[in-house]
Amino acid sequence: MRLNLRVWRQKNADADGAMSTYEVDGISPDMSFLEMLDTLNEELILRGDDPVAFDHDCREGICGACSLVINGDAHGPERTTTCQLHMRSFRDGDTIDVEPWRAAAFPVVKDLVVDRSAFDRIIQAGGYVTAPTGAAPEAHATPVPKPDADFAFEHAECIGCGACVAACPNGAAMLFTSAKVNHLNVLPQGAPERETRVLDMVAQMDEEGFGGCTLAGECATACPKGIPLVSITGMNKEWLRATRKITKR
Amino acid sequence: MARTVWDSSVGKKTVMAVSGMIMLLYLVVHVIGNLKIFFGAEEFNHYAHWLRVVGEPFMHYGWTLWLVRVALIVAVIAHGVSAYQLSRRDIKARPSKYVHRKPRASYATRTMRWGGIILALFIVWHLLDLTTGTVHSGGFQEGHPYQNVVDTFSTWYGNVIYIVAMLAVGLHVRHGFWSAAQTLGVGSRTRDRALKIFADVLALLLTAGFLAVPVGVMTGVVS
Repeated sequence: MRLNLRVWRQKNADADGAMSTYEVDGISPDMSFLEMLDTLNEELILRGDDPVAFDHDCREGICGACSLVINGDAHGPERTTTCQLHMRSFRDGDTIDVEPWRAAAFPVVKDLVVDRSAFDRIIQAGGYVTAPTGAAPEAHATPVPKPDADFAFEHAECIGCGACVAACPNGAAMLFTSAKVNHLNVLPQGAPERETRVLDMVAQMDEEGFGGCTLAGECATACPKGIPLVSITGMNKEWLRATRKITKR
Repeated sequence: MARTVWDSSVGKKTVMAVSGMIMLLYLVVHVIGNLKIFFGAEEFNHYAHWLRVVGEPFMHYGWTLWLVRVALIVAVIAHGVSAYQLSRRDIKARPSKYVHRKPRASYATRTMRWGGIILALFIVWHLLDLTTGTVHSGGFQEGHPYQNVVDTFSTWYGNVIYIVAMLAVGLHVRHGFWSAAQTLGVGSRTRDRALKIFADVLALLLTAGFLAVPVGVMTGVVS
């Protein structure tokens, strides 16, 4: 396959960026999108140019490191992570636009790499349980109803990649935060911090400069792990409940 | 508690949802009242008079109406201020646009902000036209709303302004009602379809009900 790439290049956080055009040839349809970028970078290095910086780690769709907005879609045209997106999703001769996540809370570090530490601070605000967990406990020690366990697991699938923020017209982190809140709030292990968790995490989310939810639904469409939009409704419900409870004390 | 709610983006959305629901409830009452115009001047004018005497003798003339008006003014201000502040936050949170842009979300979702502004301007015109009579086209007569309505919809601009605003109401309610349900935490996976259908039907009925009046005047059914 022969492709025309238009890639966002930006030297550092303070520099102005722009789209640069590159041509890559000899791309196999079985390559992942990241392997295609590796091919481009090898050529750039041989030419003595600066390779395109992009985030990646596990390359098997479970770590949440890879990002990229491809032709206007977070993680590209398939519902998966960029590392699991294959070049067979494109056609020979295609022009592909590659851009970084865009959000005030995710400043560009270089080229396609953005700083997602705002997510870490949201987790630090309440995305944990205080009960000592240690090694895997005996499964029947704390009974969890099956629907609750399924609900928690569905939300625990969130890998914190930030596609929801990238896709949201308001740069909101509601889907990410709601996945974490719902995951822990439904479980008995998360019950002691049920109220403070949602209040603190939402407050931190606001503090980081993420936008608000207008229920456009772009986040849930972009999410590679299929966190549903109704997850946000669940967090709103938890937030209202916590606000009532905390102020009553 | 008020502080916690107002300082949070989720809290401000709650304010928007509640104030929006108050206004929506008013719209339902309003459209039912409007449709009385099809039963003649006497019934319509009598209904308008009743709005001022409802609650008597406990309430003095006009008190109930003013209570409703005050509640609506509070709702409009709360809705507008929180919409403005939330929009400012949203725009700031996404300072640079994507080079490769795609048409996104539904039309109703994308037009919430401009639709809201159109509606706010419409409300001002609507009050100056048919409540105070300041910008009324014919000779405005207090206590004769039937004739006043006919006068307004006998002008081309009266019809244009009103029809555009009512289409905006429909779109605004369509996304707004469903969104309010999500904000207030009453939406769920099983209820989602029902909520969406209800929002669509409500928006359609409201728009059709309001538009029936200018259409009635234009076709001569109401004159």
